[in-house]
Amino acid sequence: MFELNSVPKAKENYKATQNACKLCSPLGASVAFKGFKGCVPLIHGSQGCATYIRRYLISHYKEPIDIASSNFTEDATIFGGDENFKMAVLNIINQYKPEIIGIASTCLSETIGDDVSLFVHHFLDKHPDVKTDFVMASTPSYQGTHIDGFHEAVSSVVKRYAQKGLSQDHVNLFPGFVSTEDLRLLKEIMADFSLEHIMMPDYSESLDNPVWDTYHRIPEGGTAKEDVVKSGSAKASIEFGTILNKGKLSGRVKSNKLSRTGAQFLKNEMDVPLVNMPMPIGITQTDAFFEELKTLSGNDIPEKYTKQRGRLIDAYVDAHKYTFGKRAVVYGEEDFVVAMAAFLDEIGIELALVATGGESGMLEAEIKKYCPENKDKVVVREGYDFESIREWSLENKPDILIGHSKGYYIARELNIPIVRVGFPVHDRVGGQRIKHLGYSGTQELFDKVVNALIEQKQSNSPVGYKYM
Amino acid sequence: MSNYLKDRESQILTKGNDAAEISCDKKSLAGSVSQRACVFCGSRVVLYPIADALHVIHGPVGCASYTWDIRGSLSSGPQLHRLSFTTDLKERDVVFGGEKKLYHALIELIDKHQPKAAFVFSTCIIGVIGDDVEAVCRKVTKEKGIDVIPVMSEGFNGTKKDGYKIACGALSKLVGTNNDYEAPKYSINILGDFNLAGELWILAEYYKKLGVEIISCMTGDGRVEQIRRAHKASLNVVQCSGSIMHLAKEMKEKYDIPFMKVSYFGIEDMSEALYEVAKFFKDDEMLAKARELVTNEISKLLPALQPYRQKLEGKKAAIYVGGAFKAISLVKALRLLGMKTVVVGSQTGNAEDYKLLKDLCDEGTIIVDDSNPNELSEFVKLTGANLFIGGVKERPIAHKLGLGFCDHNHERKEALAGYVGMMNFAKEVYASVTSPVWKFVK
Repeated sequence: MFELNSVPKAKENYKATQNACKLCSPLGASVAFKGFKGCVPLIHGSQGCATYIRRYLISHYKEPIDIASSNFTEDATIFGGDENFKMAVLNIINQYKPEIIGIASTCLSETIGDDVSLFVHHFLDKHPDVKTDFVMASTPSYQGTHIDGFHEAVSSVVKRYAQKGLSQDHVNLFPGFVSTEDLRLLKEIMADFSLEHIMMPDYSESLDNPVWDTYHRIPEGGTAKEDVVKSGSAKASIEFGTILNKGKLSGRVKSNKLSRTGAQFLKNEMDVPLVNMPMPIGITQTDAFFEELKTLSGNDIPEKYTKQRGRLIDAYVDAHKYTFGKRAVVYGEEDFVVAMAAFLDEIGIELALVATGGESGMLEAEIKKYCPENKDKVVVREGYDFESIREWSLENKPDILIGHSKGYYIARELNIPIVRVGFPVHDRVGGQRIKHLGYSGTQELFDKVVNALIEQKQSNSPVGYKYM
Repeated sequence: MSNYLKDRESQILTKGNDAAEISCDKKSLAGSVSQRACVFCGSRVVLYPIADALHVIHGPVGCASYTWDIRGSLSSGPQLHRLSFTTDLKERDVVFGGEKKLYHALIELIDKHQPKAAFVFSTCIIGVIGDDVEAVCRKVTKEKGIDVIPVMSEGFNGTKKDGYKIACGALSKLVGTNNDYEAPKYSINILGDFNLAGELWILAEYYKKLGVEIISCMTGDGRVEQIRRAHKASLNVVQCSGSIMHLAKEMKEKYDIPFMKVSYFGIEDMSEALYEVAKFFKDDEMLAKARELVTNEISKLLPALQPYRQKLEGKKAAIYVGGAFKAISLVKALRLLGMKTVVVGSQTGNAEDYKLLKDLCDEGTIIVDDSNPNELSEFVKLTGANLFIGGVKERPIAHKLGLGFCDHNHERKEALAGYVGMMNFAKEVYASVTSPVWKFVK
């Protein structure tokens, strides 16, 4: 019973979250599962979890995204979700005939203590002829953010399939939560280096389909489980993101095995060397990525990319005055924000505020590490929500917002431009196709940032003008 | 219909082929990828448009993130409803309880935003970890002097429809709490309009012309103070009956306010609504005004629709929306455009709705309750539909298969109610069905 005298003074500076700058972990897990061939995500919880997440993803990807739910009832909540789980699995198999069912748990199923692996065993005992594989990710939404869910799902697939073997010539690529266009770019780069690779996950096709003649219950694309098997015998893993699901893992009582990513698992258990680096946005980080590829492939950097790099530097030079000293607010997922900030740091932007809803405890150090120009003055905030970003911005008057579409209302109120990057982009078309990575992705970002600043100046000019 | 999950067969019928009544009001089948959401969703959407109330979601972050600024419910004043507030529970709170966080969150947010009332939504785990949300609400009510109303909407506790009922319960705690108000002679409440794209304002204009005052709308452009005095109205006019009928019935019992079911979509239903209200007040002058308004609007609208009808005549439409009553109006509105409904379904229709639909539709029309992407895509193919009317989750299914699409969701930016709404509807259907892009799809 809640008692009057049991309420202490507002301790540990607790504040309600207003307009969260993060999502819950089953969302990230669902995206990651979509990046494996023949996989249908199943969210083990109430119907709403799956439907809300579908709706949120559909509004970004503009694709049909089927995510099943075990659709908890009151009985399931009291007596356990075993029956619902079994029924869900049967119905998914009947409808979708999936190779893999990727199960993401929820706050509900974890709180009542459902043991999903036991349910799977029960199910397979009763249905020995079922050929579908099961992969389980523990993703209660009270732990971490959608990014934790993403890495947890990737890691669960790797743990399920990877087999140790003699080191071969291929490499593993763990791109993190990037756009479908980014994934396509990475594949192209790997091909240009003649590097055979296994990308985990790869939703470049499954979340960005062409039009169809008939409905594809499971969209094409995704990394095949047979390939994941081989990830244990890769020459190396390249993993983008330096924070990943590490750190204090917001609100987690104990740190546990979840804090490992797929790449780290392969390193620890199967001796696959790990190259861990920020997402390649900007010249410095893209250079680092290409250097790695050069080493791993033994091939020179293809001329196509040296030219892209040259053009990008040329563009930096042509437009350097428009970006210099402009004060930006950058927000979003931690690793993405590190990479964006590193790029903006290169072009003379002042990082006024770098904010995230995540709470790894690592963001400030990473930002300072990768943003040499800004390291002495940048303001970094973790566990921030959009109202905090708004209040900060009203007081500190930045020139530009750089992040996903949920920050739009702040830009509108301040009458400053917003450059939409990352996830989600719900108020524009093409959000899923924004290219961020590599020289060519950086080129597109650079043009967008510069033009947003120019447009702002032009629109607010009393005369308007026809030349820059 | 052997292509569908066996346990779903009773929720699908084809008029003319299947004699039995459709089965509905069932929980969604696990693993079926239902287009429905949960209890919380039902409560959240109904209360969402109350613009001067604080809506706090008690639970981990997801439910608040996914429902931030989710509806196109416009407010003529405060915008508080468009913000997303949550206690953002972490693992520690799940172990030790979230009551203190909830208490502090409410105090902080009420001080900051000065709302007229607060709704506290319990999400799934709240019921499980045993937070005494009601006690916290009582305490904050006492301290802050505003109604802090618990909405016990744990997602697993039924279907979206149960969430509607819980929301109605929350509303009924406010209704009747202001007795000082003197209602004008002809006054109504509008129930079940959510002022999407400003639709309430269109209706308000019509009612004003009839001389009828709207005391409150629940919940479009809603205000706490108006809801408090809603019991002074002479009549409840109910649209979207699925979501708000419980409240209408309760107000009938408690305050003896009669209610009537109406729809504002399409010429027929819109006109019917105005006539019915005028007839209720037994005022000849009002009825004459209604006739004048209807005649006036229709004489402008029908010729304006003609060019669209010419292009759309004979095209086939599939409808899958939240409420079945809306689907009924859409079938009629499509007929006015010369279009035939070949598939019609809803997430939450009841037996009565489906009977009406069955009577209304042509032979061969597929009628479905609580459908899913696999079924909907099959139906569309089977019937050769040219247009799909639905919400966010149906849009990519239609587009992927090369069908036109009309947004009839709750985030739409085009008003579809009233006569002007019918015109917008025709334009949107026309724009989608006759776009040149389809030639590349086939």
